[in-house]
Amino acid sequence: MKITQHATESTLTLSLDGELDASSSVLLDTELSKPEILRNQKVLIDCRQLNYISSAGLGVFISHLQSFQDAGVKLVFFNMQEKVHNVFEILGLDSLMTIVPSEAEAEAI
Amino acid sequence: MKHAIRISCTRRNLKVVRDFVSDFLTNQNLSELTINQIVLAVDEVVANLIIHGNGEDESQFLDVRVQLLNKEFSIELEDKNLTSYSPSSYQEPDLQEYVRIGKKGGVGMMLVNRIMDRVEFTTHGTHNLCRLYKNLA
Repeated sequence: MKITQHATESTLTLSLDGELDASSSVLLDTELSKPEILRNQKVLIDCRQLNYISSAGLGVFISHLQSFQDAGVKLVFFNMQEKVHNVFEILGLDSLMTIVPSEAEAEAI
Repeated sequence: MKHAIRISCTRRNLKVVRDFVSDFLTNQNLSELTINQIVLAVDEVVANLIIHGNGEDESQFLDVRVQLLNKEFSIELEDKNLTSYSPSSYQEPDLQEYVRIGKKGGVGMMLVNRIMDRVEFTTHGTHNLCRLYKNLA
């Protein structure tokens, strides 16, 4: 798993590249646990190169969602592959999290 | 095609098992979604066996055997350990509550139970066996 960051004044975009499983999810958790991340208005997750997600990866997002909401930070996923989106759907997480098709739509939220 | 592998109990081998199952299913005329779901279900159980059942002890091994018989996919996961992993007290979690309290784990078996048709855990002494089944017809 490789995570690339791109920051503007109010938005942090994390581009995920690879497979997010019980081995690699620690890296993502470390990134989302940094206190300064809550200074952003939006955190966008670019999933174009995310080829796989297991419950460990989902758990990282589940565990941070409330703290993001409490801090007024919008967490938005975009460019999600169908097979990855399907995993969110199996658990009903697509109704608890904001997932949009494109970067333009993510930026517009 | 090789239908069995043995791995040591480290998280690094999760991808080895995923690739093994994916390769086995690739020539079965299945959709990418179906293959990903089955690989995911196997990955969840293997992760639990490695992390919770064997404490990530690399001297311990997990035997993985896959089979396709009459359009039913089955996989056996076997280890020899005094600590057996068997989610017999499993209850479907409340995800909104998990979000509220910031819970990191606990949705793996929810995925497994929603994807696979049958999930069986049996233990005889130090011999633990997990079987997962999925009808592909």
